[in-house]
Amino acid sequence: MGLYFKFFAMHLKSQMQYKVSFFMTMLGQFLTSFLGLIGIYFMFSLFNEVAGFTFAQVLLCFAIVLIAFTLAEMFGRGFDLFPRMLGNGEFDRALVRPRNVIFQVLASKMEFARIGRLVQSVVVLIYALSTSGIVWTWDNVLTLVLMIVCGSLVFFGLFVIYAAVSFFTVEGLEFMNILTDGGREFGRYPFVIYGEGVLRFLTYVIPLALFQYWPLLYLLGMEESMFYMFTPLLSLLFLLPCYVLFRVGLRRYKSTGS
Amino acid sequence: MINVQNINKTFRVTKRQSGILRAVKSLFSREHEIVHALTDVSFTINDGEMVGYIGPNGAGKSTTIKIMCGILTPDSGTCDIDGRVPWKERVNHVREIGVVFGQRSQLWWDVPVIDSFELIRDMYKVDDALYRRNLDELTELLDLSELVKTPARSLSLGQRMRCEIAASLLHSPKTLFLDEPTIGLDAVSKIAVRQFIKKLNAERGTTVILTTHDMQDIEALTERILLIGKGRILLDDSLDELKKRSSERKTLVVEYAGLEPMICEGMTVIETKDGRMVIALEPSVLSVSDAIAYFAPRTELIDISVSGISAEALVAALYKEYHI
Repeated sequence: MGLYFKFFAMHLKSQMQYKVSFFMTMLGQFLTSFLGLIGIYFMFSLFNEVAGFTFAQVLLCFAIVLIAFTLAEMFGRGFDLFPRMLGNGEFDRALVRPRNVIFQVLASKMEFARIGRLVQSVVVLIYALSTSGIVWTWDNVLTLVLMIVCGSLVFFGLFVIYAAVSFFTVEGLEFMNILTDGGREFGRYPFVIYGEGVLRFLTYVIPLALFQYWPLLYLLGMEESMFYMFTPLLSLLFLLPCYVLFRVGLRRYKSTGS
Repeated sequence: MINVQNINKTFRVTKRQSGILRAVKSLFSREHEIVHALTDVSFTINDGEMVGYIGPNGAGKSTTIKIMCGILTPDSGTCDIDGRVPWKERVNHVREIGVVFGQRSQLWWDVPVIDSFELIRDMYKVDDALYRRNLDELTELLDLSELVKTPARSLSLGQRMRCEIAASLLHSPKTLFLDEPTIGLDAVSKIAVRQFIKKLNAERGTTVILTTHDMQDIEALTERILLIGKGRILLDDSLDELKKRSSERKTLVVEYAGLEPMICEGMTVIETKDGRMVIALEPSVLSVSDAIAYFAPRTELIDISVSGISAEALVAALYKEYHI
């Protein structure tokens, strides 16, 4: 953990070498994510509710997914940019260091300019929380925290899969973006609006709904059962196959070197 | 001690097809080609040795180095480095080795070099006293005192290479792998790097394995040459021995005006161009003075020079001899 913070400090120092660029990127991040917000706003200027959710409730969903995704991107960027690390030989360097490989990939990149988007989504979250009429019980606070933390871990898992796939092929990697960027874009609305099939897929296969739709029901008081509160924890099981896939990819890399 | 026995390594390479139709077809079925990167590679390197690992591009040098560093797993064969199998005990193994990839940097681009050094210290868990001592020594030998305060991006290639080498030695590795350490360096930097490596080997007894295309590196540094071609070790001998073996052979450069002279027994023409002839001479058949005497009446000589064989020519001759 201490070593992780040393990497953290190095990245911060590096990125602060280009302060203007850093703050412009941050500002850009802050502004572009408003586009998604405007989309939701127009949707609700036509309809009063979407699949039974009000404007404030959808905003809550939007903010939670965006915070989770942004955190994953800030700290899991090394996996997101992994094909580049393989291509330029940086990964071979990691293999000759006496440290865990996954740790080194994790520590290899951190994107602090994403704070722009994080700030924006936190502002939306605060607005949504104050207008959606949620009662602040400990249960609800815990649910919210679980949604965000587990959400970013699931997105992180998707980045790990992305990295693992790039051990095998560099072609068709764009396909993976359907799950990562797609998850973020479609996750603005509770997944139930895309139909029963999609919801089932996002519950049992790629568990995006486990930290979004299901606990949201509990948070909004639409479901009473405590089970819904803890569904985000179930989504963490997803990290296991992600890890295994990465190890399989690593083994392949060590035998093919490409 | 490094003991490599019967290492084999093959790669499956996807054949790239040209043309749209074939590209579409390749989406469904791909043709693979098996490339034998290493075939039955064996050698032993003792502690404190300096070995030049040479061969043309694509001969298998990098593959061998990667296997010894624990990056790659061979298909078969054994490799034992100080009692460890690199690819099985990667973490324990890499603690004891230093690796310099001449064409890739391990320094952080935008922060002072000293910060990169400190991060490396933490990654290898080098204790403070040892780190201090190594840093002081490396700073002095490689003349880094000003460089370490500079971000890597502001260093010249030669300066950066000195820092790269220092970075690979902060944890006092027993074995140092240098993959083309002098590539792209100017003459002064090359000499500085060579002197340092020599000193390191003499004083610390670090085993050095060096791949290079620069024969002056080989001449200046290594006592022993391993020649690899098409994935096989073709030659494993001391540089002196090799030179002795070919020292009898002389190279004769004849410049003449007028007709191209005929040659006689004991001469082999290597090159003829614009009134200049390069001839390999077998002195056991024809002595140098006889050769000069032979040419004198047959053409109008402008200049004639005789030289022994250089490492460069030696290696070129070896490549030719082994058809690689």
